[in-house]
Parts: sequence; C-alpha cells; structure tokens
Amino acid sequence: MRKSTAYLSFIGANLLLAGLMFVHASYTQEESRRQITDERELVRRLELTDLCLFTDARYTRHPSMADIHTAFQDAPMSFDHFPSGSIMPPPPHLKRHETD
Amino acid sequence: MIELADVRKVFNMNRPNEFTALHGVTLHISANRNTVLKGPSGSGKTTLLGILGCMARPTSGRIMLGEREITSLPERFLTEIRRRSFGFIFQQLNLIKGITALENIMVPAYPEGERRSQLKKRAVALLEVFGLGQKATSRVEWLSGGEAQRVAIARALINNPSVIVADEPTAHLDSKLSEEFMEIMQKLKGEGRTVIIASHDPIVYTSGFVDTVVEMRDGSVVDVRATG
Amino acid sequence: MKQIEAQRNILDFTLSSLLRRKRKNAVLLLVYTLVVFLIASVMFFTHSIRREAALVLKDAPEMVVQKVVAGRQDLISGNYIDRISGIRGVASARGRLWGYYYDPIVGANYTVVVPETGQPQPGSVIIGDAISSSRKLYKGDLLAFRSHTGEAVLLQVEGTLSSESALVSADLILTSEDDFRELFGISKPFVTDITLKVGNQRELGTIAQKITRLLPDTRPIMRDEILRTYDSVFNWRGGAMVIILFVVVISFINFAWDRASGLSAEEKKEIGILKAIGWETSDVIMMKFWEGTAISLSSFLLGVLLAYAHVYITSSLLFEPFLKGWSVLYPDFRLTPYIDAYQISTLFFLTVLPYTVATIVPSWRAATIDPDVIMRT
Repeated sequence: MRKSTAYLSFIGANLLLAGLMFVHASYTQEESRRQITDERELVRRLELTDLCLFTDARYTRHPSMADIHTAFQDAPMSFDHFPSGSIMPPPPHLKRHETD
Repeated sequence: MIELADVRKVFNMNRPNEFTALHGVTLHISANRNTVLKGPSGSGKTTLLGILGCMARPTSGRIMLGEREITSLPERFLTEIRRRSFGFIFQQLNLIKGITALENIMVPAYPEGERRSQLKKRAVALLEVFGLGQKATSRVEWLSGGEAQRVAIARALINNPSVIVADEPTAHLDSKLSEEFMEIMQKLKGEGRTVIIASHDPIVYTSGFVDTVVEMRDGSVVDVRATG
Repeated sequence: MKQIEAQRNILDFTLSSLLRRKRKNAVLLLVYTLVVFLIASVMFFTHSIRREAALVLKDAPEMVVQKVVAGRQDLISGNYIDRISGIRGVASARGRLWGYYYDPIVGANYTVVVPETGQPQPGSVIIGDAISSSRKLYKGDLLAFRSHTGEAVLLQVEGTLSSESALVSADLILTSEDDFRELFGISKPFVTDITLKVGNQRELGTIAQKITRLLPDTRPIMRDEILRTYDSVFNWRGGAMVIILFVVVISFINFAWDRASGLSAEEKKEIGILKAIGWETSDVIMMKFWEGTAISLSSFLLGVLLAYAHVYITSSLLFEPFLKGWSVLYPDFRLTPYIDAYQISTLFFLTVLPYTVATIVPSWRAATIDPDVIMRT
C-alpha cells in the first residue's frame, strides 16, 4: 500500500475514534445524570461539604473544612506526610488572612 | 534553442570575496545536438551549465529558451520550466540515499501531481530501458557505480525533458563506462533531445557523437568548434 | 486534484525519509505519545472531578460555622446555635454532628455522620459502599467499635449507601445521635459545627461578618468557598503535579531542540538535491511540514485517545497508586467524561504546533538556496 495512504488512513481512523470519543462522552453524561442526582440528594440530606477522594488525612478528606494549621500538625516545618497532600492544595479560603 | 546574450555571473557581489565566474558570454546552443563545454576547472563551465539549465540566474545579460525570454522569470515559473524541460545528471550523481532506485527516479516528478500509478509505470519502464528492472526496489547504496549512473540518467528522463544537462558525468567512471555513457547520450539525441555536457575528459570531448565543442577559459568562451 | 496528488507525493517522500531512521523515529513517536498521554490523562481526570464537584456540591450547606480554639477546630456549644439563629437574615441554624473514626483492624478512617433526617435506628448504622466492599459487611452484619471509654460497641448494619454515590459517600457511616454521642463521648449540647440557611443568598457575606463579630472565636465557611476548594484540586501548584508538568515541559523542549538545532549537513545536501532536480522552495517547506506533522499529529491523536480510555474506561488505572496514597478506603474513580474542548485544543496547539514549527523554521534557509548550489560544492 502506498505510504501516504497508510498514514492518512491511520489519521482518519484516529479522527473517527476521536469522534466516537465525543459521542461516548455525551452518552455517558446522559447516563450519569441519575448518579449526579443521587449524589446531590445525599449531599443535601446529609449536609456534606466534600467529595470522598482521599481518606488518608483529615485535611485531604475534608479540605474545605480544614484547620488553618493542619498542614503543620507536628511541627511548623514538618513535611506533608500524606501523599494526597501533594495533590490536594490548601483551599483558597484558608489563604485569606484571618484577621478580617 | 538556447540563446545567451552577454551573460555575466558574479558571486558574492560587493563583498571582499567577490568573484566573476563568467565575463560576458554570448552563445547559441542548437536543438537536437550534442554540445560539450570544455575547459579546465575554474574555467566557468559548471557555472555556465547552471545558467543554461535554468538553475541559476545571470547577474546581467539575457537568456532565451526557444522563443521565450527567461532571464527574469520568477522562481516558480523558472522551476516549473526547468522541471519539465531539463533533466540533470550531476558529477556526484546526487541520488537520495536510503530510498529505492525506483523512488529516486520518481522524485523529480512529485511536485507535478501526476497520478502515482501512472508515474510508477513510467519509472519502471525507464528502469527496464536501462536494464535495471530487477533493481527497482534496491536501495541506491547497494548499486554498483555503473548501475547508479544509469539510475541517475533515468531520473533525469522522468519528466521527458527536451534538454539533458550533464556535469562531468564521466569523472568517476572507467573508460568502458564512459564510452557507454556517450552511447546513451547519442541515443537520447536520436529521440530528438538536446544534450549539453560540461567535461574536461577527452573521451567526452573527442567523441564522434559530439556536434559542437565550446572551449572555455577563465570565465570566457575562447573557441566554438563544430565537430562530428 | 493535481495539488492534492502533489501533496500526497510529498507526503510519500517524507514518510520514506522518516522510515530511513526507523528506530529513532519510532522511539520519538513513542515518547511523544506517552507525554501527550500523561498530560491528557491529567487534564481529563481533573476536569471531570472538578465538574462533578461543582455539580454535586451545589447543595452543600450554605454556611458552616466552626469554632477555633488555640488554632484548632473544637466542639461548639449549643448556645452558639441560639445566638446565630437570632441574627437577622438567618432562616435556620442547626448543629451538625460528624467526626472521624479510625478502625485499627483495617487501618481505615471512616467519616461518621449523624443525618438530620432519616437517622438509622439506635443500635444500627448505614455504611458507605467502600466500607461495605472492603470489609464485606452487608445488611444484618455487625460492626464493632471501641467507644471513647474503651468499651466495645456493636452496631448492626441497617443498609448500605449506593455505590453510585461513592464519590461523596464511600467512607461514610451514618448513626443515630445517641449512638454518636456515646461512641465519641460528646455530651449535649455540644456539636461538631453549625450549618445554617439564610433567607437571602446575597446577604451571606454580611451574615458571615456579623457572626465573626458576635462570636470572635468562630470561623464561617461559605458555600462558594467550599466549591472553590475543588477548583484548585489537582492544580499545577500541587507537589505531584509540578513534577509531572516539569517532566512534560522538559520532554517537549527536548523534542523541539532536536529539531530546532538546525539541519545536519546530510539534510542540507538532500534539500540541495531536491531543489536541483526540480522541487520548489514551497515543496521543500511542505516536506518539512509533513515531517513535523506526521509525528506530532499521530502522537497527539494516539495520546489523547489512550488518555480517554485510561481515565474513563480503566478508571485511571495508572494513577491509582498516586491517588490511593496511604488511604485504605478509596472511591472507584469511575468518572463521567467531561471533555473540555478548550483544553484539548490548547493541548493540540501546545504539542503539534511548536514541534511542526520547530521542524520547518530551521529548514527555511536551506530551502531557499539556489538550485545550482549542489553543483558548485
């Protein structure tokens, strides 16, 4: 087969898959409406404030509720000793100076 | 066929290494003839060849190709004319390494946008003419000197040019292959093409197939002799 | 038609040319794809989590009031609820009871919550999906706790929360108020924190200020602050992300450098030959364009498709170790695909464009040489 044909077919196939990707995404979004509704309902009923992403540390399990000094629990200079702390930064409202 | 009027070529103009390769050359190249530009290295024959073959523009002077003046044509048109009317054979052959003999022959025709199946057929036919049918899919690095030479000639013919231009074609060939080369040029002449060769090889300029010898020295034409 | 054929011919030549250095280009393609895969996976993952957080937490409490003692969060007395209820604009205030329980048997942290409505029967609990599946606990089973006095407390599983709500409830244990207070030794009228509803959303800020003035040892947290917390999850300033970004940037610089550092003598010669045998400057530039695009476009498409499959079909399999960290319980990360076309096109312009440009630009000069140069050298 001619090289350019092979290459263009490859790209074409990929573009087709990319199209399918969008279709899949939009289909799945429709399907997940119920799930989102369930979750919202639970959040409302239980007055939840955070997603359950990481359960290794308080400040990554409930980052929006985190203590101001939580990251320095043992000592001011102690390193973040939970891996999830390097993925979950302190929430923006903690960075606001508290003497307002 | 090709008419040069007072053509000058200066390299590196207005710079310390300014060099005049051609001093006012006036020349007529006849159609369907084999013309040889003879002269030692530095005589300007390669430069003149380049200008005759529409590869370079003169610094001053005029060039006519048939009825048409081509001196100041924009690059695009000049390239198109060159691609369709001229076929080049270089001293170093200059085949593209790493691809097949067949593809090498087809490359000059790529920008023309011809249907590939047609182009391929023509290229294969040319290979056959030169007895290289078996070598179509061989890498050019694997060909012998003579085989590579013939691939270079076949490449020059892919666009069916009316003029063949060769620069020191026999420089790396033995006598036998050199004679063979001149025979091939004669055949091309027989097909109605014009042949222009730049060479300081006696086998070339004393060949019985040559019609005109243009002798050059120090950037000027010193003699034009009809032979054969 | 002729133009298209000519382009295809040039593409053929470019591909032949790339195939000459098969191994080098195969490795380049592989690494390039991997880099795109990594970045795209991160993009898909973070975008989906953020979208889901934004959707799901819309109904989070309007305001949460915490009490801060010596820099740490502490229990709030019930009379704070009364004082807050008295503020004008506050529709209602409620004490929330929740906390963490560490289970030494599996080394997991549970979040224990007392719901306002639908509390389980005293003596029973409703557990989240991750707890249920990791400890194989189902309706009717018993779950053992140690209370604050060291006593063993057995609670029966009344039901489990749906696995579909796992993203908010995977580690939850719902208990009745009495069981909670007994387990943790929190006597009335103390609560963990206070949630409140306001009559007019626009007054939230004012009410927050009133609360801090009235009760200086409290800290109010508003709903939009809760939502913004999740806007910054996985953002590029987080430790792990900086490393990924660093790797990606270095890789791209490396690719572009290799291309932009100019042509080798061999490449220049080849361009000279092409010009001599009849290719125009524009043909040579197109060849370079295809050279850059062939690799970068393929890598981009493959990388993005693989990233999509990675995040949404295998639930971010390769990120699992990083996401799990030291958690014993974790949600399934079965995320809903939300593709941000803006992000994808930015990725395209960051990956394909610079590489292609880095391939074309250094060749520009060589492409414009006079065709007769090859004869003169």
